[in-house]
Amino acid sequence: MADSRFVYVTYIRTTPEKLWQALTEPEFTRKFWCNTVQESSWQPGASWRIMIPDGRVADSGEVVEAVPPKRLVLIWRNEFKPELREEGYSRLTYELEPIGETVKLTLIHEMDRPKSKLIDAVSQGWPHLMASLKSLLETGESLVETREWPQGV
Amino acid sequence: MNTDMDKVFKALADPGRRKLLDRLHADNGQTLGELCTHLEMSRQAVTKHLKLLEAANLVATLWRGREKLHYLNPVPILEIADRWIGKYERGRLRALADLKQQLEGDTNG
Repeated sequence: MADSRFVYVTYIRTTPEKLWQALTEPEFTRKFWCNTVQESSWQPGASWRIMIPDGRVADSGEVVEAVPPKRLVLIWRNEFKPELREEGYSRLTYELEPIGETVKLTLIHEMDRPKSKLIDAVSQGWPHLMASLKSLLETGESLVETREWPQGV
Repeated sequence: MNTDMDKVFKALADPGRRKLLDRLHADNGQTLGELCTHLEMSRQAVTKHLKLLEAANLVATLWRGREKLHYLNPVPILEIADRWIGKYERGRLRALADLKQQLEGDTNG
């Protein structure tokens, strides 16, 4: 099947438990994910959404698999850009694998359609967010440009 | 960290490997067979290059069914940009700031 997929692999000096927390808990996501929080019970089948600081929903979906601190799979639909929303659900997978003093984080964001605009859009965003997440966990400081929701978006 | 960066620069030093990265940039998520078409490299050479690229984290692989797909991983390139280009950019900006201060200082004085 022709599809769209973004893959990102980074090694972070941390533990799988801390990385899992950073990916899911508001006190961490606010710092590296543009001041957004995610609402979910993180149980398979549970709803999941990302809230923009002004109260809008950025993206929403469902938890497909949650095996802390190893693997998290979500289905994900954009909610605030009509041209992305109409593409429907994509699938996001985080895999966390301890290697020596680091954790290998593999992020796969994919959609069953060729040339997906959503995958194109998130491909621009993920490298910044993940670099900021790495910086936060390794130095205690996230990257400045990822601390606030971008103006006018 | 330095040894990681060494791997990246060594991996990038070969034109064949840069070619493979360009092909993944143009069309991400290819199998070995797809990457080998229209290339003047043997399948063995491409396999060897891909292994080095993967060791340098420039290429990430995923199994989908029975297919092994190769993806360009943007992380090391981003780190090079931060480490090298960002630094020079900052230097240039500082030089401009110094020049401005000097020129303005002159007119004021």
